[in-house]
Amino acid sequence: MQREAAIREPLILGDKSYKDITDDVVRPITNKAPKTWYILITISGLIALYGVGCILYLIGTGIGVWGLNKTVGWAWDITNFVWWVGIGHAGTLISAVLLLFRQKWRMAINRSAEAMTIFAVIMAAVFPGIHMGRIWLAYWVFPLPNQFGSLWVNFNSPLLWDVFAISTYFSVSLVFWYIGLIPDFATIRDRMVKPLPKKIYGFLSFGWTGRAKHWTRFEEVSLVLAGIATPLVFSVHSIVSMDFATSVIPGWHTTIFPPYFVSGAVFSGFAMVLTLLLIMRKALHLENYIHVKHVEYMNIVIIVTGSIVGVAYLTELFISWYSGVEYESYAFINRFSGPYSMAYWIMMSCNVISPQLFWFKKIRTNLTITFALSIVVNIGMWFERYVIIVTSLHRDYVPSSWTWFHATSIDVGIFLGTIGIFLTLFLLFARFFPVLALNELKTILKSSGENFKNKEH
Amino acid sequence: MANKVLHAMYNDEEKLMKAAQRVVDAGVRVKDVYSPFPIHGLDPIIGVKRTRLGIASFMYGMTGTSLALLGMWYFMIYDWPMNIGGKPSFSLIQNLPAFVPVTFEFSVLCAAHGMAITYLLRNGTLPGMKAQNPDPRTTDDMFVMEITTDQNHGKSTEEIEAMLKDDDLIELSVKDYE
Repeated sequence: MQREAAIREPLILGDKSYKDITDDVVRPITNKAPKTWYILITISGLIALYGVGCILYLIGTGIGVWGLNKTVGWAWDITNFVWWVGIGHAGTLISAVLLLFRQKWRMAINRSAEAMTIFAVIMAAVFPGIHMGRIWLAYWVFPLPNQFGSLWVNFNSPLLWDVFAISTYFSVSLVFWYIGLIPDFATIRDRMVKPLPKKIYGFLSFGWTGRAKHWTRFEEVSLVLAGIATPLVFSVHSIVSMDFATSVIPGWHTTIFPPYFVSGAVFSGFAMVLTLLLIMRKALHLENYIHVKHVEYMNIVIIVTGSIVGVAYLTELFISWYSGVEYESYAFINRFSGPYSMAYWIMMSCNVISPQLFWFKKIRTNLTITFALSIVVNIGMWFERYVIIVTSLHRDYVPSSWTWFHATSIDVGIFLGTIGIFLTLFLLFARFFPVLALNELKTILKSSGENFKNKEH
Repeated sequence: MANKVLHAMYNDEEKLMKAAQRVVDAGVRVKDVYSPFPIHGLDPIIGVKRTRLGIASFMYGMTGTSLALLGMWYFMIYDWPMNIGGKPSFSLIQNLPAFVPVTFEFSVLCAAHGMAITYLLRNGTLPGMKAQNPDPRTTDDMFVMEITTDQNHGKSTEEIEAMLKDDDLIELSVKDYE
């Protein structure tokens, strides 16, 4: 059996046994949902329906209903896309990268973080889809023979790389998540008394029995999937950044983009994980599993990635001046002093200054402040993408075509709608799925559980 | 004589491992162990071999790499070369940098899905399958060791039973099976 240093804080608090872990996770599924859950899902469901309405209106009318114009041909659509993909990255980072580094605190948060990843990537995929205008021709992104009326798709284009990156990322995350869920569904199946839920969870568990050989394979699959999901997660946001970096627009074509986008993605993703988990642990009474130490670890990741993002902002600024290219430097001068300077300074204060507060132990172990800052970070990261995209476009090479971008109610409606759909999916997950990785938590109970640790020393 | 299957239940993985080591040392073959989570160190005791899924995954990945490169060579170089921003459209090698992202993504796609499908097939865990764990508690907090008499011809059921009985044992069930 593995032992852990006594000075390490236990990851599972309280006097827990294997059975208690099962009970604590299965209880919210077997019990009746509290009233707040119904209220929350009604609100988010209504917002989701409004968003779906806006999307249908957009598809029926055309993307002219967005505030795009000839100069600013990309705005909220791609901003929201990059924002959602970025949020998704935390889930894979937690479940894959932290697995490779044997960070055991991941086990309390990986299941819900991966669920968040999947829902966020679905939301991201909405935007390129509806941005096509004629969504019924979406299959043209696949390499189909030119009898379909088009030539082969262009494999030199980062937009096509994105198609492959996002679809691979989504499906691989889904498989990774589901393979971890199978044994936990089996636990719920064997717990359920009512025939219908028993049948449903029985179906979802694929007849899992927990044989020794199956567990050996399970661990191998988890390890290999983590190994290939790690470069995958880095490649996905690198490719997203290449949508901009391989273009010729000043402010976009910078080689710093891939690492800068990836750390920004992890940064915003961890913020979203914190926002969701701080509520979920209270609502589902999981304080013994997701406690202050977990939050502190996540806040440390936020300081690191937030600082990388900060350095990237300053590097970008410096290089634009140092390059001596007047178009390039103007793009950046315009960012911080032009008509959209407000967005730039919101981005700077939310992403660079606010996470530095976590250097203070008092702040990074305070759950209320963490919750507030996690929302601030997500706002900041949305503005980061908005700043990169809109301020680089709105003043192009010909001053006569300089213009503003004004978001329309449909822009806002679709963005809010995706948040509504996302929250609805997450609420359904929290109600019907095992929100903690039961089988993984049980493996660390003896090495990192409070009662076991105290007994030894 | 009908074959018997013995299920010895423990409430702790270390107790089960101790018992398994004891019976294996006495020459009994343990058919299987059902547990709510992976027990590290158990596989060598009961003779579970290392899985080859990792190798399978590598081969799926290589298949993906080859298919992606072959596809892009066919689409972009052979079938319909296009001059896009002056990028070389006449040679796979010279155009390769632009093909790296898709090659990588497609390799990962094939490796991950190929491995996941193989895993589910080899386990026999597929949608609609019926669970066969001997006791519903094995997915919660109990650990069951399964021993069958047809794998242990030299020993009688009673002998094995006697060997299993100790303080750690929670429950022992003996059933006929075909």
